[in-house]
Amino acid sequence: MMPIDVDIAGRNAETFPVLHVWGWEIALYLFLGGLAAGLLILSGWMHRRTAAERLSPAVAWVAPLLAPVVLSIGMFALFLDLENKWNVWRFYTAFRWSAPMSWGAWILALVYPASLLFGWAAWSEFGPAGKRWVTGAPFPLRREIAGLNIAAGVALGIYTGILLSALGARPLWNSPLLGPLFLLSGLSAGAALLVLIEKDHEWRRTLARLDVRFIAAEAVVLTLFFLALLTGGQAQRASAELFFGGPYTAIFWVAVGFLGMALPVWLERLEERGKVAHSAVAPVLVLFGGLALRAVLVLAGQASHWEVLL
Amino acid sequence: MPRYGMAIDLRTCMGCAACVVACKVENRVDVDAFRCRVTQRSRGEFPNVHLEILSERCNQCSDAPCVWNCPTGASHYAEGGVVLVNENLCTGCKACLAACPYDARFINSRGVAEKCTFCLHRVKEGLEPACVSTCPSRAMIFGDLDDPSSLLVQTLGARNHRALKAEAGTRPNLFYLE
Repeated sequence: MMPIDVDIAGRNAETFPVLHVWGWEIALYLFLGGLAAGLLILSGWMHRRTAAERLSPAVAWVAPLLAPVVLSIGMFALFLDLENKWNVWRFYTAFRWSAPMSWGAWILALVYPASLLFGWAAWSEFGPAGKRWVTGAPFPLRREIAGLNIAAGVALGIYTGILLSALGARPLWNSPLLGPLFLLSGLSAGAALLVLIEKDHEWRRTLARLDVRFIAAEAVVLTLFFLALLTGGQAQRASAELFFGGPYTAIFWVAVGFLGMALPVWLERLEERGKVAHSAVAPVLVLFGGLALRAVLVLAGQASHWEVLL
Repeated sequence: MPRYGMAIDLRTCMGCAACVVACKVENRVDVDAFRCRVTQRSRGEFPNVHLEILSERCNQCSDAPCVWNCPTGASHYAEGGVVLVNENLCTGCKACLAACPYDARFINSRGVAEKCTFCLHRVKEGLEPACVSTCPSRAMIFGDLDDPSSLLVQTLGARNHRALKAEAGTRPNLFYLE
């Protein structure tokens, strides 16, 4: 027999507000966490592979300083989401290996001081003369600190996706591809922010090219993510349908697919060929797309469930 | 060590919501929240339509994702495999709400995750959970799933039954008799 009607009054957050799970705070945190991860990985990588004198100010010290700032705002959003803020310290009196959120709390406890140290190292060596805290001398272990921040950034970038993947109750999220997807989206957002603040023409070109590659890789992972859902069980297919004819179709394909990925790639290609002048439009769109991706996945995930199997 | 479970008879449950009220009174649940609820589903195609009334609550899963997703250990297994929340440890991060396939949890006015406890405080004193003892049609059976002589085990052995969303793989201990 086909179910023809399910009365769910009192069983979802719309009709029953106490069932609210995650809103804009978590979406913003997932975006800013990914962005900080992207900044740390990219600037850390540049610090390791490029001679000190060839680094532009944006990658040399602005990005390493921005990462902990971005992360701080993200962590504040995370704090705002906690319903019992007095108990926030309880995250650090336990380590629960089976709980991704516990891993996340401890990863933040590692990433945050590491990014501050990187910011300090980068600023003291490359910051504007006269404003450095450690005047101009090569900072001891700067390259090693950059390496540590690459590792920390990868952990942070992947975990923002794993956090949702672990929640088997929401079939949309329950995919191992969410970790790599969020990491690539974070790298693309990080590259876009660097393009936005970069003044050196050559560096901007390099970073914009890198961004196009990250977006291309992100599109491949996103395709695999949907393929895995569409070829999965009934609950997985139903969750994929949220994006193919369901309530999240328009917002996802317009905000994430077109505005956040296709349009900026097209613009970057035109800028590369000199057909349009370089502008802030493409990187701003990429950043918007990264935020929209998190927001749509956080909301749509909560609309996906096992109800179809009742 | 008992392993508590519950069976609800779909033939005799009439959706009166006495269980919901009894639970609210017994556990002093917030005005706008419920630890248990009655939902209705209609299935089939006209004119062969079937209305199903379900008294729903925490399924006290043996493999509970709320427990293993809790970052502080606030959600834990207590006596008889009952899943409880330690208010002193709960940060209100809502990982357990997101992890529960049954949407059986909510955040209460103290900012803490709350859910059905099988009235463990009553069970420890030899009483039945408030919903079970209130049910006017005696549609609910509470007992020890490991005790072959219990009415619960004997009824489950004698009647067709199913768990909700068993495919979610959480090994629920709440059964519906068909």
